[in-house]
Amino acid sequence: MSYRVLVLVKQVPDTSNISGDVMKPDGTVNRSKLPAVFNPEDKVALELALQLKDNYGVHVSAITMGPPKASDILRECLYMGVDQVFLVTDRKFAGADTLATSYVLSSAITKLGPFDLVLAGRQAIDGDTAQVGPQTAEKLNWPQITYVEQIEKLDKNKITVRRKIDNGFERLTGTMPLLLTVIKDAGVPRPFRAKRVMAFKNAKTLSELEAMAAENSLLYIDQLQAEFRDNGLYIETLTTDDLDVEIARCGLAGSPTKVHAIESVVLAGGEHIKVEPSREGLGLLVEQLMKDHIFG
Amino acid sequence: MKNKHEVWVFIEIRRQSIAEVSFELLSKGRKLADRLNGELKAVIIGHELKKLAEKTFTYGADEVLLVDHPNLRLYNTLPYSRVMNMLVKKYEPRIVLFGATFIGRDLAPRVASYTKSGLTADCTDLQISDVTYLKKEYPELLLQIRPAFGGNIVATIITPDTKVQMATVREGVMEMHPVEKPAKIKISEIPFEPDPVDDLVKIIEQHQEDKKINLKTAPIIVAGGYGMGSKENFKLLHQLAQTIGGEVGGSRAAVDAGFVEHERQVGQTGVTVRPKLYIAVGISGAIQHRAGMQESNKIIAINTDPDAPIFGVCHYGIVGDATEVIPKFIQAYKEKLK
Repeated sequence: MSYRVLVLVKQVPDTSNISGDVMKPDGTVNRSKLPAVFNPEDKVALELALQLKDNYGVHVSAITMGPPKASDILRECLYMGVDQVFLVTDRKFAGADTLATSYVLSSAITKLGPFDLVLAGRQAIDGDTAQVGPQTAEKLNWPQITYVEQIEKLDKNKITVRRKIDNGFERLTGTMPLLLTVIKDAGVPRPFRAKRVMAFKNAKTLSELEAMAAENSLLYIDQLQAEFRDNGLYIETLTTDDLDVEIARCGLAGSPTKVHAIESVVLAGGEHIKVEPSREGLGLLVEQLMKDHIFG
Repeated sequence: MKNKHEVWVFIEIRRQSIAEVSFELLSKGRKLADRLNGELKAVIIGHELKKLAEKTFTYGADEVLLVDHPNLRLYNTLPYSRVMNMLVKKYEPRIVLFGATFIGRDLAPRVASYTKSGLTADCTDLQISDVTYLKKEYPELLLQIRPAFGGNIVATIITPDTKVQMATVREGVMEMHPVEKPAKIKISEIPFEPDPVDDLVKIIEQHQEDKKINLKTAPIIVAGGYGMGSKENFKLLHQLAQTIGGEVGGSRAAVDAGFVEHERQVGQTGVTVRPKLYIAVGISGAIQHRAGMQESNKIIAINTDPDAPIFGVCHYGIVGDATEVIPKFIQAYKEKLK
């Protein structure tokens, strides 16, 4: 029996490329102006899972919780070589902090399992919290190893990894089921395979099929769903109806952390001395710093 | 609710000594506890640490909760989180602070999940204030302040409805200072019961070196950003640093681009520094970066873009290309300090 590995992936606004029109005049962020991307460390986690598939023949699934549009990164998972993908989406999940997110994810993992190993990126670039991995492990009552930089081997229900620690590393052996979070240096995500792109570019979620049916009166949602499923192109979609969750613990309602205030960072033109980038200008600067006892 | 005015700091032990971040958190925790008319407690988990535990009183602790057992000598997620879960659940402190370190960021989320507490990562400031949220009054909440969304906003996070408020804080962000009159030493030992689950993850080998680069103690830092353009150009910064007796730092973008090692990263997700002189070269000045350097005594900014935000926090601004300005700077220094 092959091991079953699940990768937690997230679609994030590309915070590394924020330009002027992304910030609204009131200082809030216009998310629609930001391109949505595959969270980089999650992609590395996916790469490690696919390496386990190459080396040990494990079965790899990927799951994301997010708006319907997050199906984009699930298709990317399929292009890279994942066997199965799941979308967890519901308006009631919106506005979730890390605790509410891990609550829903752990419920989905229990429902879709059993899994032997769950992999995730250490953190997502939109929040940088690194909390969803450990909190999901806790909700599952599983052990965790965070900051994994290398998977050394998988053997008899045990996995040996190397993780980063302050000014060094440690090697650990964990008994599965186990959750690992992975840092960027752990691997380089493989490119999409052309053959798989052709095969899966039409993979669709429930809401995408519903949109198709709404546009064309000749198509019926039940028949579409059955047909796409038969062809391996249906992206399993889970909502609150499919999961054993208390609504009060999901989304904004289930999130203990609340945003009390947001301040946009608009810098007042601070007073400073302008120094000419010339030999004379820099000479004067050096003299000033000598006077201030910083140099010399 | 019992003990609602307790502030706890998880004390991080590395190779049998207390990590600096823990003293920094004790100093901040002392202020928060005073504001709440409460007590500051240091939670220490490990083995043979009784003597070490006494040091926390110098930084303001009123009491140490000590969990000492041979199985706890090295940090391991499951036994440590079992201990913290049990303690937090039992005593329900009002606030628990962790360093945003490899250990703190592994442990804190697990404890927050178990106790269903709110947790905010990488805070750059913590304050106590009465808050009105959704028309309800909440007295003396912990304001957890952190840059968010690529550093374009500063968010104040609160956890109004949970008994315990948790936060992690990066090393170097809070200032550490000993208290004038330390409290009388009071160490409460808490028993530890080993459990088979503790062995689900076993450490086979551990390597930890002394820090090779210590930006925090460098009097002068020459830091480069993405605007340096290449690893090759970063050599100029090394030359300048060597000439004027400083260390080289980098912004997150420069680290991500591979221009400079991660150990040299200054900013919210790197090191926070307060040198005598900070020279920011080709750094635009996103708030995450500024959070890590704006308390420097003097700041020089060198950037080709006259509108770069870094010019808003500097004392001396030079608009120009680093590859031209730096060699002239080195030359000027050598001429003046012959």
